[in-house]
Amino acid sequence: MSGPNRKWKALIVDDEELARKLLREMLSSHPEIEIAAECGNGMEAVKAAGEHKPDLLFLDVQMPKLTGFDVLELIERQGVAVIFVTAFDQYAMKAFDVHAVDYLLKPFSRERFEAALERAKSQEGKKVVDAVELAATARPAGQFAERIVVKDGTKVSLIAVSKLDYAEALDDYVSLVSEGKKHLKQQTISGLEMALDPALFVRIHRSYVVNLERVARIEPYGKDSKVAILTNGVKLPVSRTGYARLKKLLEEKG
Amino acid sequence: MRVVPTSRPQQMIFGVGWIFFSLLLAVLLKSPGILIWSHALALAAVLSGLAQVSAISADFSCRTAPLSRTPLWRLLLTHVVAALLLTFFWVKVGVIVARQFDSIEGWKGIYGEYVLKTGMMFAAGFFYYLLSVAVQYALIAQKASNEAQARAVESSIRAREAELSALKAQINPHFLYNSLNSISALTSIDPARAREMCVSLADFLRLTLGMGEKPVIPLREEVGLLEKYCAIEKVRFGERLRVEEEIQEEARECLLPPLLLQPLFENAVVHGIAQMPEGGWIRLRATRNEDRVSLTVENSWDPEAGSSRKNGVGLKNVQRRLEARYGNEARLQANAEDEVFRVNLSFPVETEKAK
Repeated sequence: MSGPNRKWKALIVDDEELARKLLREMLSSHPEIEIAAECGNGMEAVKAAGEHKPDLLFLDVQMPKLTGFDVLELIERQGVAVIFVTAFDQYAMKAFDVHAVDYLLKPFSRERFEAALERAKSQEGKKVVDAVELAATARPAGQFAERIVVKDGTKVSLIAVSKLDYAEALDDYVSLVSEGKKHLKQQTISGLEMALDPALFVRIHRSYVVNLERVARIEPYGKDSKVAILTNGVKLPVSRTGYARLKKLLEEKG
Repeated sequence: MRVVPTSRPQQMIFGVGWIFFSLLLAVLLKSPGILIWSHALALAAVLSGLAQVSAISADFSCRTAPLSRTPLWRLLLTHVVAALLLTFFWVKVGVIVARQFDSIEGWKGIYGEYVLKTGMMFAAGFFYYLLSVAVQYALIAQKASNEAQARAVESSIRAREAELSALKAQINPHFLYNSLNSISALTSIDPARAREMCVSLADFLRLTLGMGEKPVIPLREEVGLLEKYCAIEKVRFGERLRVEEEIQEEARECLLPPLLLQPLFENAVVHGIAQMPEGGWIRLRATRNEDRVSLTVENSWDPEAGSSRKNGVGLKNVQRRLEARYGNEARLQANAEDEVFRVNLSFPVETEKAK
């Protein structure tokens, strides 16, 4: 559905009430846009996105619990135009520029608002930016994810990276194992690996990333392959390149 | 114990001392008597050299008995006993040296002449040692004053640096842009409140810039600034931000470096309140007991919010500024317990009147 008569369903996500009111006011002169919901935090946003299936998203970056990037990671992205709204964050701004994502800097003028809206509406069908990649670009060099967001059905969980034992690739998903529970997330294992601190997590196999602190020992397995035994007894296969990486990392740690 | 003079001025002084004392001893040995000048000078040079060793070692007894912290009787006792002992040995060694000279062909008689004059030698050595004690004390005092000067310069540079970075950190761009965005929203929704917030923001900026120029301000002024800051943040956060104050009346006039608490409040907002969907509280407690002020800033926080204070630039800055002003007298403690983040500062009481 496109063209001048198209109706747009929008979601406003910001933890500040005044900021939401401002967006609502600016949108009031756009009858083609219907505000489906206002959300005060990321959790609400994920829920509302599932319910309303919006085509336009105004997304604040800094919010409690779930950031704007987290929200983007957790919702169905196909066909959703996103405009980030942020006060001042040089890293986020750099990431938006790199990935050609539309954004508004608070406070913004009517002109800037209209321009961003026009651009977002006209870029329908363009390539969807990978939220994990976007978040990775927005992190200062040398900083890594501290937690991973996962949606189990409608429930959103935050897994602290320090509590992640290992992750296993399963087709288009990764299975994240933490505190005896498995969480499925639609993500590639390479994407996950990129977000994690390489000093703490190591890709020991095409399909496995492991938390270095959980590795109890490495044992030979068969002729020339090895197996990593975790502190909780779980055994994971280690490939030859994976073993080289693991050894190097352990040597660096002394 | 340092026996070898290390600094250039010390080497100079003992070099000059050696020449001067050699000449003095030579004069004493020569007249009245049978010695010829060259022999008297040779023996005097050796004796004077030995005397320099004890003069330099006087540094040790001076250090064990610092001038300002030793009673006079102990000072006299220490140095007089040292002078007597060292001079006694010096004269005895002189006997051995003179005997060696005496055995050289053509130098006969030098030993007899020396033995005749041991009393005079003793007196000269005794006073020379006491003189070197005085010189050592002067050197120690000079070194201490140089060090004190260097320390003062260094600490004033550090205080200045801390001041500058504190000022730079003060006006957080996030705070400014978010406040301006709130004003932008209010202009159409509630123009009166928009104007009010403009005024609050202007007051806050004025106070911040004005305070930065003073070395210290009374706590009540800092509290006034914090109230302005919170009023602005309350427009943004609404019900999510709750602030409590418990300030002992006696603490209000206590002096502190300006903008010491403001970064702690800002941390509490950014890492505490802003990370919780339901918001939280900030509490300031100020007490004064006898000679110390204790300030505590507490806020609710969510340990799982993932906003760690790893880099803690604000906190480090506060610590640096405290140290710059109060040295070891300052205490800063930050800890996170359950769902409360707490920073406690304490430092000596200063008030306007006491100054």
